[in-house]
Amino acid sequence: MKKKNTAPRLGSTSDSLGSLLASLICILAGLVIGFIALLILGWITLAQDGNSVTFGEMLSKTWNSGFKAILSGGFYKTANTMGMGVRAEILQAAPLIMTGLSVAFAFKTGLFNIGAAGQYTVGAYFALYAALVLKLPWWACLIASAIGGAIWGTVPGIFKAFLNVNEVITSIMFNWIGLYGVNTLIYQGGTGAMYNTNTTKTFTIKQVSPESLLPTFNVTIGEKGYFGKMFLPTIGIFIAIGVAILIWVVLNKTVFGYELKACGFNKNAAKYAGINDKKNVILSMTIAGALAGLGAGLFYLSGSKEWEPLVSTALPAAGFNGISVALLASSNPIGCIFSAIFISHITVGGGYMDASIFPGEVSSIISGVVIYLCAFSLLFKSGIRKRFTPKTRAAAGNGKEADA
Amino acid sequence: MADYVIEMLNITKEFPGIKANDDVTLQLKRGEIHALLGENGAGKSTLMSVLFGLYQPEKGIIKKDGKEVHINNPNDATALRIGMVHQHFKLVECFTVLDNIILGAEPMNGVVVNRASARKRVLELSDRYGLKVDPDALVEDISVGMQQRVEILKMLYRDNEILIFDEPTAVLTPQEIDELMEIMKGFKAEGKSILFITHKLAEIKAVADRCSVLRKGKYMGTVEVADTSVEEMSRLMVGRDVELVSTKGESAPGDVILKVENLTVPSKTSKKDAVKSASLEVRAGEIVCLAGIEGNGQTEFVHALTGLEKPSAGAVTLLGRDITHAPIRQRSKLGMSHIPEDRHKHGLVLDYPLEYNMVLQRYWEKGFQTGGFLKSRAIRSYSDRLIEQYDVRSGQGSVTIARSMSGGNQQKAIVAREIDKDPQLLIAVQPTRGLDVGAIEYIHKQIIAQRDAGKAVLLVSLELDEVMNLSDRILVMYEGEIVGEFDPKTTDTQTLGLYMAGAKRMDKEG
Repeated sequence: MKKKNTAPRLGSTSDSLGSLLASLICILAGLVIGFIALLILGWITLAQDGNSVTFGEMLSKTWNSGFKAILSGGFYKTANTMGMGVRAEILQAAPLIMTGLSVAFAFKTGLFNIGAAGQYTVGAYFALYAALVLKLPWWACLIASAIGGAIWGTVPGIFKAFLNVNEVITSIMFNWIGLYGVNTLIYQGGTGAMYNTNTTKTFTIKQVSPESLLPTFNVTIGEKGYFGKMFLPTIGIFIAIGVAILIWVVLNKTVFGYELKACGFNKNAAKYAGINDKKNVILSMTIAGALAGLGAGLFYLSGSKEWEPLVSTALPAAGFNGISVALLASSNPIGCIFSAIFISHITVGGGYMDASIFPGEVSSIISGVVIYLCAFSLLFKSGIRKRFTPKTRAAAGNGKEADA
Repeated sequence: MADYVIEMLNITKEFPGIKANDDVTLQLKRGEIHALLGENGAGKSTLMSVLFGLYQPEKGIIKKDGKEVHINNPNDATALRIGMVHQHFKLVECFTVLDNIILGAEPMNGVVVNRASARKRVLELSDRYGLKVDPDALVEDISVGMQQRVEILKMLYRDNEILIFDEPTAVLTPQEIDELMEIMKGFKAEGKSILFITHKLAEIKAVADRCSVLRKGKYMGTVEVADTSVEEMSRLMVGRDVELVSTKGESAPGDVILKVENLTVPSKTSKKDAVKSASLEVRAGEIVCLAGIEGNGQTEFVHALTGLEKPSAGAVTLLGRDITHAPIRQRSKLGMSHIPEDRHKHGLVLDYPLEYNMVLQRYWEKGFQTGGFLKSRAIRSYSDRLIEQYDVRSGQGSVTIARSMSGGNQQKAIVAREIDKDPQLLIAVQPTRGLDVGAIEYIHKQIIAQRDAGKAVLLVSLELDEVMNLSDRILVMYEGEIVGEFDPKTTDTQTLGLYMAGAKRMDKEG
């Protein structure tokens, strides 16, 4: 059929609205399932202890000492003295935004960067090395962390571009090579320059090189600082948000982003247009790696955690959660900010539940369900589209089929 | 009263916002060949889908042998002995011809397929109608023409009496087309009724008794083919006078723009070379056409010229510069434009808005970017201009996602982009594939205008009408070799057909 110019058509606005609604539906469903899980788990725990509770009591218990914490996140009353909760939330959100961006950026180029965890690990090593051994200022340490991640992303990119080895396979291998490589380099049989034999961790940056710690900030409410005086949040969250905006600009406003997305959407057409697809694959993985590495920098240079080379046998959660963040955000860089904060919010909140009744891992169940549902988000999206623009889809479909 | 075997009366099929069929009536007489003529998107396919039970009409009724019937799905259609040869064959490539024919209607001997009786029946049918097939050959090994015969045998095997042919000649050589026409006439003599969907007027003239015309979903009437001229039918179809033959002046070939010497390109699917030592020259101000049946190396030849594939031997020279191994971007900068064969695979980034596709070959130019940032306003106004100038229709203009556009308008967008680049050499592969008469006329004019502006044009086409119509010189490619060179003024489609089918060839020097 000839398209009528007046026919309503799916535009980018309603499209991103659809993405947003789909994500919100995922979140809502995740929360509901999380609540049910809490209810059941709590009941089992109490029953094991020999307590009998009515359903009504259980409901109110689940709400008051469990679910409310998850919903409140870092703002949960009892936990948020001196802004501790909020501080924890934004501390975790910053690296999540970065790993989320890392995965989202690669997605836009048609690559699946499952190696954010490895890039994060190597980024952490570079950041710590720059801070503890070279004693560089914080910004130089951040650059170092990005370089570390970039290197770890580039290699799978090269394999993909020149040898057509699937980046998923190489990235997964590189995750573990990265993790144990970093453990070995830090530990070095107990002689590592960063390794503190007393604590079996890396030295604390605060003692060795305070210059390398990220600057902090405070919010003044009335006369007092919201975060008190001792433990202030770092500016990491702002850096992460800034980078997210930067990535959005790169993807949407620059020639480079145009080429990257063209490769991601249609490699053949990109090649036809004279775009060097190999170069773009490598560059995309390099940048994705740099983003993940920078995320590690933002986390470890905040000085709230040290690397423990002897017990770090699992890949950092931030890496894989990055996939969740990107999926939840439909690979939109700005969306990554919000989805990362959400995941950080429920994770921190989960830790504040009454641990004698409720396992804190329920927040992982919620984010798990949310992510799982995000896999169906396309389904939701098309459902939403149908509801809001019922005419368009049918007409578009007709247009295709009616071409005789 | 006439004896109608199928009547579709006052069919209205609406899709939201659009009437695909608006009060269409189609009456098929027993034992006639009835052509269904219309441009792309005129509603031919929708109407046939209604007849096949794929869509339910909002209004109107279908009658079989005068009795009203309800066709709710294709099985109902089969039960009413309606069969269809689809434009894109529905065959299982790795099955034998025989197995394909009986698939879904296998004669059973207990739990075992009784192939012996099936074979007997198929051979009998194939003899009776002159449909030569080898029942034991694998479908992937046989020619397109034979595949079509397999499809026809499928209908006959099921005793269908109403046969629908959806654009059956698009993939055939002139000889095969003639054969098909004879076969169709044979069916008619047997009392079978044929619906023949096409937009080729000459074929309608050749075989059809009556012709129903659709335009933009509306029924324009049914004419007796014998009493109606080709021009009248095309006017009915398009709604205005159309130049069926593009008029063009004499060509004035100038310098050699493209020179290809002994180009050899390996095949991706087999060990043989797809292109074997092919040579040609294209001069400024001439349209050279590479004709041939699909799959004879034209695709690979063009890919090697444009840089999408690497040749294994030979040389390509553009404007005196060796570009055999040059990157694609460099070829483009030197003045090569390429309208690709597969618009979805190569021609467009379907998920990009139209404006981004319009600058796909130029986004890196100064006018469209500064310091690595896209100049969105410049891109928008450029795209708007192309849309306006080349009449590219889409829902939202420049911001329309290319995927949602109709095939014809996608093609127009590509043609606009490639021609507006002001190339020295335009390589156009199947530029009018799947387009309607109006759009074809327009694109042909554009290509001739390019030639008259002193550009070199290499046209690759499977449509002989297009070849005869546009070209100043014709080269025929068969199995990767250029087997003949012709002047369109002194040759005819029959001769070309013989070369295209490999029945004849010229010496290289001759």
